Amino acid sequence: MKKILAVDDSASMRQMVSFTLQRAGYKVTEAKDGVEALGIARSETFDLVLSDVNMPNMDGISLIRELRTLPEYKFVPLLMLTTESGLEKKTEGKQAGATGWIVKPFNPDQLIATLGKVLR
Amino acid sequence: MTVDLSQFYQVFFDESLEGLDAMEAELLRYSEGTQDDESINTIFRAAHSIKGGSGTFGFDSIAGFTHVLETLLDQIRDGQRDITSQHIDLFLQSIDCLREMINALSSGDDSVPESTAQLKAAFEAILNDEVADEGEQSALEAEQITTDSATQAAAIASEAHENTSGWKVTFIPSEDILMTGNEPLYLIQELTELGDHEVELVTEKIPSWSELKPEFCYLRWIVKLYCDCTEQQINEVFEWVADESEIKIEELAATESTKVAAVPALNQQDTASSEAAANEVKSSAPAVTKNADTKAATAKPATKAKQADANSIRVGIDKVDSLINMVGELVITQAMLSQLFEGEMTAQSLTRMKEGLAQLEHNTRDLQESVMRIRMLPISFVFSRFPRLVRDTGQKLGKKIELILQGESTELDKTVMEKISDPLVHLVRNAMDHGLESPEQRLAAGKPEIGKLTLNAYHQGGNVVIEIIDDGKGLDPIKIKNKAISNGLIGENDELSEEQINLLIFEAGFSTAEAVSDLSGRGVGMDVVKSNIQALNGSVDVESVVGKGATFRIRLPLTLAILDGQLIRIGQHVYIIPLVNIIESLQINQNDVSRIGGEYDVLHLRGEYVPIICLADVFLHKSDAQTLTDGLLVVVEVDGGKVGIFVDDLLAQQQVVIKSLEANYNKVEGISGATILGDGTVSLIIDIVSLVRMAGVKNISSHNLVATETHAQGGTA
Repeated sequence: MKKILAVDDSASMRQMVSFTLQRAGYKVTEAKDGVEALGIARSETFDLVLSDVNMPNMDGISLIRELRTLPEYKFVPLLMLTTESGLEKKTEGKQAGATGWIVKPFNPDQLIATLGKVLR
Repeated sequence: MTVDLSQFYQVFFDESLEGLDAMEAELLRYSEGTQDDESINTIFRAAHSIKGGSGTFGFDSIAGFTHVLETLLDQIRDGQRDITSQHIDLFLQSIDCLREMINALSSGDDSVPESTAQLKAAFEAILNDEVADEGEQSALEAEQITTDSATQAAAIASEAHENTSGWKVTFIPSEDILMTGNEPLYLIQELTELGDHEVELVTEKIPSWSELKPEFCYLRWIVKLYCDCTEQQINEVFEWVADESEIKIEELAATESTKVAAVPALNQQDTASSEAAANEVKSSAPAVTKNADTKAATAKPATKAKQADANSIRVGIDKVDSLINMVGELVITQAMLSQLFEGEMTAQSLTRMKEGLAQLEHNTRDLQESVMRIRMLPISFVFSRFPRLVRDTGQKLGKKIELILQGESTELDKTVMEKISDPLVHLVRNAMDHGLESPEQRLAAGKPEIGKLTLNAYHQGGNVVIEIIDDGKGLDPIKIKNKAISNGLIGENDELSEEQINLLIFEAGFSTAEAVSDLSGRGVGMDVVKSNIQALNGSVDVESVVGKGATFRIRLPLTLAILDGQLIRIGQHVYIIPLVNIIESLQINQNDVSRIGGEYDVLHLRGEYVPIICLADVFLHKSDAQTLTDGLLVVVEVDGGKVGIFVDDLLAQQQVVIKSLEANYNKVEGISGATILGDGTVSLIIDIVSLVRMAGVKNISSHNLVATETHAQGGTA
């Protein structure tokens, strides 16, 4: 079973993402910000990390930058959840090592469909 | 796969309301000038989360409204503009508006308040105004444009597509593509899922063994798609890698030259056009996704089911963990006890059983405490609404007020918290309206211009104390006394201490406001505050120094579910007196008892006269005690004074779980609830305040003090 780390400071989004992914057969671990996510990611490896951008303590882009430096996460898909107004964030995210992005708002089907590009 | 999004609504509403509270708090810091670097980020994040969530869950009215809010916040955050007091006012109004919308939605009503349109227009005016002048485009317009260009691109694509039998896609990944987490293989698989296809792998770029870097990707693909898909769909597959990799999309039927003219191809070899093309893809892709999403959102049936008030509480994970821990121990104890009965009963196993029972008692108590802790919330839940209230009220009154919050982490039962909120608001309003002076008056009195209002909370014994402290003019005893006399609350010749006079403001039908102002004096007096607090088994008193300020002090029990009780007996009947009310219990010396005014006996106790209420008489029971010396007197504190309750005997002290009498039977005067004792009998819990009322004892506090004087006189006579 593929393991996904879902990072979002919003509990409702986190639950929605987590629920959707679990229904699609993934094992999901949740984290509420970058700091927590990084801690979890260090103790356990994941097949994919899905992170919001705007979060307290450590934002999604910093998280991706940190993760990419870890040997275990060199090739792991790191996706960010952004909004349509965050175009420049995508470039910034890619420079930090993000694999791709999912634009909010999205619905569960779009989420699952998008994951097919990087996780099979 | 279908996911019912409505299951996440309540969480979204809860966190959105929390987010709005956080926004409000930070905005108020701005108006006080105490903001820090994180303030704007916190505000932005809250707006951003609400917008993201509302979009995802299909609350378009909220998403649309938050969008303008977020855009302005984003510009402020990026330093493009400074935050002004006009912005803060607008934001605060928007918060009210959003709260209204969310509350309406949570009860299944998706109507939009009228103020929304006005506020939105105001934000748009700000956004369009300056930014357009500077030649930048507001996000709103930008979005409009992206949508336009996307539609255009889609139009071109579909036009071009009409006489196409398929596409030839050349994919040359950048060498380090694997290190971005992208997997070319999956992308090709994704592409081939679009329809019939033919894949050609180009291996000619693989270097010699000695030069090969294992982490690099040297492969290229040429995919021929014989299907009905659009170019847009192909671009979407490569969206994430379009910048770094070469992707060439050609129509199979058309010739090379016309193709390039019709649609900007993503050809990296031509640097000039590739940049333009990349921009095109970047701008159009998200817009298209958005379109698709809007469709999905409208297609989804709106859940109109009226959501019942979920009335949930959020509990810290540590509390739940400790609970699980307790239950674990309980299970162990239970296992140990049941194991004892497997073998033969011996003297040894009896000892072990005793140990086990002691352990069980310990576990039960711990478990009880843990469960109670779950209901406890920090008082900041109530306090947090005051900064806004004080700001708005201060503005309305033309007073400068600094609000200081202390002890915000003091925990209190959720039910108590909900019920104390209104009385607190009243006391705070009262302090601002009647207590604190206008800046001119303050300066004239030699005080700093800004009035100080402190809300303080702390634990004291089994109680929570909440203080509302102002440094205003204090209560005016002369005015209060005159008013009380004219209202007939006290007689003209009554001798009252200043403290007792001040307590008169809590009497029914009392109001000192000379002119009824907009804020206080709306017919809800301090007496209502007092009775509300007493309904929670609490008490309120006031300390005041003329010219220096006043302190209102509320005492509340930590919880309404359990109380420490003193079991007492009258004849056959066992009652419970809340331990918090009891000051002392004593045997009466007949010499200290006298009858005042022929109504009831009073006990002279260390310089005070304490009225004696004979519980047996009030409840019409038959008492064992023939004279006052036969029983015991339980001295309780009530309304700032003391009353003695005469009982036959004191039994054990124990924690009792309160069962509502009102819910199970009827409201009974003098009784606040019932409980079940260890032996299974039902025992009633005495409501001291109501008992005193039943017994007909009035003005207890004045009674206590007058008594002192009477006694002194008696001594000299």
